[in-house]
Amino acid sequence: MTEARTLAPPERRLAEVLECRRVGAYTLIMAADPEGPADPRPGQFYMLAAGTDWGGGQAERPYLPRAFSFARARRLPAGGAALGFLLEDVGPGTHRLGLLGPGDPLALVGPLGVGFGPAARATQPLLVGGGIGAAPLLCLHDELIEAGAAAPVILGFRSAAHAEVGGLFEGEVTVITDDGSAGGHGLATEPLRERLDAGPPATVYACGPPPMLEAVRALCAQRGVPAQLALESGMACGFGACFGCVVPTREGYIRVCVDGPVVEGALLETALVAGGGHQG
Amino acid sequence: MKGRQASGTEQAVDLCGVSLRGPVLNGSGTFDAIAARRAFGDVLLERFPFDLFVSKTVTLEPRAGNPPPRLWETPAGLLNSIGLPNKGLDGFLAADLPQLAELPVPLCVSVMGFTRDELAVLVERVGARAEVSLIELNVSCPNVETGLIMGADPGETARAVERVRPLCPKPLVVKLTPNAGDPGAVATAAEEAGADAVSLVNTLRGMALHPRTRRPWLGGGSGGLSGPAIRAVALGQVASVARSVSIPVIGMGGIASGADAAEFMAAGAAAIAVGTESFRDPGAGHRIGDELAGARGVTSGVTSSVQPSPDHRSGGAPAA
Repeated sequence: MTEARTLAPPERRLAEVLECRRVGAYTLIMAADPEGPADPRPGQFYMLAAGTDWGGGQAERPYLPRAFSFARARRLPAGGAALGFLLEDVGPGTHRLGLLGPGDPLALVGPLGVGFGPAARATQPLLVGGGIGAAPLLCLHDELIEAGAAAPVILGFRSAAHAEVGGLFEGEVTVITDDGSAGGHGLATEPLRERLDAGPPATVYACGPPPMLEAVRALCAQRGVPAQLALESGMACGFGACFGCVVPTREGYIRVCVDGPVVEGALLETALVAGGGHQG
Repeated sequence: MKGRQASGTEQAVDLCGVSLRGPVLNGSGTFDAIAARRAFGDVLLERFPFDLFVSKTVTLEPRAGNPPPRLWETPAGLLNSIGLPNKGLDGFLAADLPQLAELPVPLCVSVMGFTRDELAVLVERVGARAEVSLIELNVSCPNVETGLIMGADPGETARAVERVRPLCPKPLVVKLTPNAGDPGAVATAAEEAGADAVSLVNTLRGMALHPRTRRPWLGGGSGGLSGPAIRAVALGQVASVARSVSIPVIGMGGIASGADAAEFMAAGAAAIAVGTESFRDPGAGHRIGDELAGARGVTSGVTSSVQPSPDHRSGGAPAA
């Protein structure tokens, strides 16, 4: 498979925040990136930092940029793209990014990494997301819908407030929550199992917390279903320089930033990997 | 940034007989030009951020590196425990070196041996390759025969350099660790044993605890600290070492702007290296080189002084 990768300019640049709005428990930042490519691949990511006041906050952090898969990309008439990023306030970096407002500069490098590839022959894409892992599935879903493909989506969330992200998706979305406060009650892997066993042959596209990804990987592996898993790991650079974001695979450590973040499920012994570098 | 090539001639540097278009290097292990080319494409070669490329450290045998987690963000810094993953000497020479030879700048290869014999093999075989202009000896590791960190002890350092000096006609750079009692004494020992240059600082040893369990966060237990958090320590050591030796000093440690770089050069560095700042901006080397050209133009009267001028300070904030 050719790598699903759009190349990035080799310098950090400034995008301009267009909008920063709450979507339930999350924040959606839209930013105009006129100097970047117009066609990042769903599953690719950007390294983000606020253009000002990055550092010098509580405990003098954040210092490093934070990696985010883009959730939306809309071509700008004059070039580049308007990019959407979904974030949750879980640390000093995500907190600072959540304070951005229209007109603020957003420093970014990207798009980086390998995105989602095409579905296997004679299979239907089936998207499975957990929590903030819905982000890269949103742009993948946009792309599939635009191409006229059937693309069912299963999303698992902690609660109704988190599940509001499901409303960003068009068409058929199955939502399930840990506490039953929205949609079904349970884990996203339950409707996934039903679909894999009863539905048409699928290629699964998944992103979410490691326990969910591991459950998806195992379900697909047991059934011989191809799975493309978007991994997460703390990273300092995003372009292969620091070697900090490695995860173990059947072929040894790989760098999530350049060899992923999207990998074939078959590459992994387990998706329950100890990534994690700097936090939030 | 595109004016760099033009300004490069004004900033040209002779480092141990190797001509560089400017004084900005990368710290070893802080930029993987091969991976970066996958992310950025061939435009990286047109806008290559450094004037000399220093490879990640090569060891005799392949290394997988340390188990994750490998990173921890600190106040204005980064603690890492990467563990020198690399393909080993054979893999490096066969797979990596031909790709690094395509870079538009001279190449320095960093090597580390766990014994002096290992180091000798590395220096001899790397030094024999025409693509390589300089060799950097990473001596921040224990000599497994003596248990001493080679670069922390002047005698160990001298014996290592003496062992490899006759094996390679190319310039040898000794990368000094800041975790030594007296870096100036280690630098002097390296110079007397035949080193052509010294580079410093490597990372400062440190550790981080998991916020809940209070057990070491890093898979490797402890790690090395880099970034602006160590800049003052690095500047002090560069100034001290530059007073101790007459060979060129390559200064690094938290350099994030041209003003920072100008301070290191004022402290006696012949060239500087950018490390952690490249993680935040892959084009940082480029930007810092341009800023440095401006800073040196403005403050050319004080570049031989170790007293940074107020002008340096006002321009010293990182761009982000």
